Amino acid sequence: MYREIILDHYKHPRNFGTLAKPDASAQEYNATCGDRIRMEVRISKGNIKDIKFSGVGCAISQASASMLTEKVKRMDTNAVMKLATEDMLALLETTLTPSRIKCAVLPLEVLQKALKT
Amino acid sequence: MFDARTVRRDFPILQKPINGKPLIYLDSAATSLKPRPVLDAINDYYTRYTANINRGIYKISEEATERYEQARKKVAAFIHAKDAREIVFTRNATESLNLVYYSWAKEQLSHGDEVVGTIMEHHSNFVPWQQLSKERGVAFRIWNVDKRGLLDSHDLDKYITRKTKLLTFTAVSNVLGTINPIKNIVKKVKRVHPSCIILIDAAQMVPHMPMNVQDWGADVVVFSGHKMLGPTGIGVLWAKLDILGNMPPYQYGGDMIKEVHVHETVFNDVPHKFEAGTPDIAGAIGLGAAVDYLSRLGMEQVRNHEKEMTKYAFNALSSIKGLSIIGPKDEKKRGGVIAFTMKGIHPHDIAQVLDEDNVCIRVGFHCAQPLHEFFNIGPTARASFYIYTTKEDIDSLTSSLTKVKKMFA
Repeated sequence: MYREIILDHYKHPRNFGTLAKPDASAQEYNATCGDRIRMEVRISKGNIKDIKFSGVGCAISQASASMLTEKVKRMDTNAVMKLATEDMLALLETTLTPSRIKCAVLPLEVLQKALKT
Repeated sequence: MFDARTVRRDFPILQKPINGKPLIYLDSAATSLKPRPVLDAINDYYTRYTANINRGIYKISEEATERYEQARKKVAAFIHAKDAREIVFTRNATESLNLVYYSWAKEQLSHGDEVVGTIMEHHSNFVPWQQLSKERGVAFRIWNVDKRGLLDSHDLDKYITRKTKLLTFTAVSNVLGTINPIKNIVKKVKRVHPSCIILIDAAQMVPHMPMNVQDWGADVVVFSGHKMLGPTGIGVLWAKLDILGNMPPYQYGGDMIKEVHVHETVFNDVPHKFEAGTPDIAGAIGLGAAVDYLSRLGMEQVRNHEKEMTKYAFNALSSIKGLSIIGPKDEKKRGGVIAFTMKGIHPHDIAQVLDEDNVCIRVGFHCAQPLHEFFNIGPTARASFYIYTTKEDIDSLTSSLTKVKKMFA
């Protein structure tokens, strides 16, 4: 499950931090494992111009958040809204047990929540 | 002579490797494994004398009734209850607590009364009193632990007042491992406030050490069958007869009645009044077999073995840099539960990597989130021990944890 690339994103998360003036933001808390993820985005002409995430959590949720921020940069927000669990699993390229799928999907849920508001 | 390796032979699940590796089960505080005699007793009911209880005028129903009631007597003797009628079968400790909440607390307590609980309670013994305070204006006061994770009974005067109608606390914390000085607390409270009801959550004690409800002097004790080698779905509420007698039924239905007329119903006697509908007959019989099994081993021996395992694990885990153990350090003051954190590594990642080696531990808040918040810590990892735990199991835990450290360092 912990491929080298996942551990790398966990130890050296990309786009970690906050934005000065985000156009949208959201956060979620997973009470069962204590994971907390916040996403902040800047949007320009319907595209994600910049994105940062912050929070604490397990390697899967943190790596998933890091990889997601890389994937969605410059992406059309409508396309981001269409991303689903399968896309996150494809991004991580690993098999996850049912209880860990939640960890992988949490960053996407937070991002979509931010884009909806 | 107690020998965990001999004990292990009675557990079918420990005989079969998973993915070619042995099972290292270190989550008995969540639920215990089940020995052959318990499985046989359940199977015997379902294959040889399947029948409902308390009604059939035929041999197998009479046998089922007798064995169900025998189980009640066994449980009563095991915890040194005065009378088997003090034992009510429920689904689990949680249901026992809910029974107390609905049939006692909601009936007896109102605005101005106070309930005292502790910060180390399992959610099942925390949420009911918190909700009672929201619904009824009954003050819910929380007795905090010190830095070591111990309750200080000198603090009691701060919390117990004339208005305190209920004091509740766990016998053994499922996170800290702390064994609370029950008798001492009960004595102190009853001396100044004899009418205060004392409710003990003994789910983490009954499976692991000798206990005597009469000696404690408490009023109500709850526990689950599945943590003490019994099946899931059966739990126990013990209470003094006068308390049970004054409590209205918790659920209505068959078995809990004596007579039913169009406008009136006469309820059955204690404990049947609280066992509406067909109960978990096989579960109770299985629990009876579990009690027999534990009694044969001897609860002193069980306790000694767990103390030894806890001490061994303490030393082994302390050798891992960055690993911090929560709760008291002295194995005499704690049960066989060790919760810990590893610097910079999320407990879920720990458990996931351990699972590759079939090492089963629990991670999260262990249904005790207020306690984690009190200590200002995130989720923790927890290893817990029982009669089948060996030093080899703990060695496997240690070596897998070392692997975790390397992976995430």
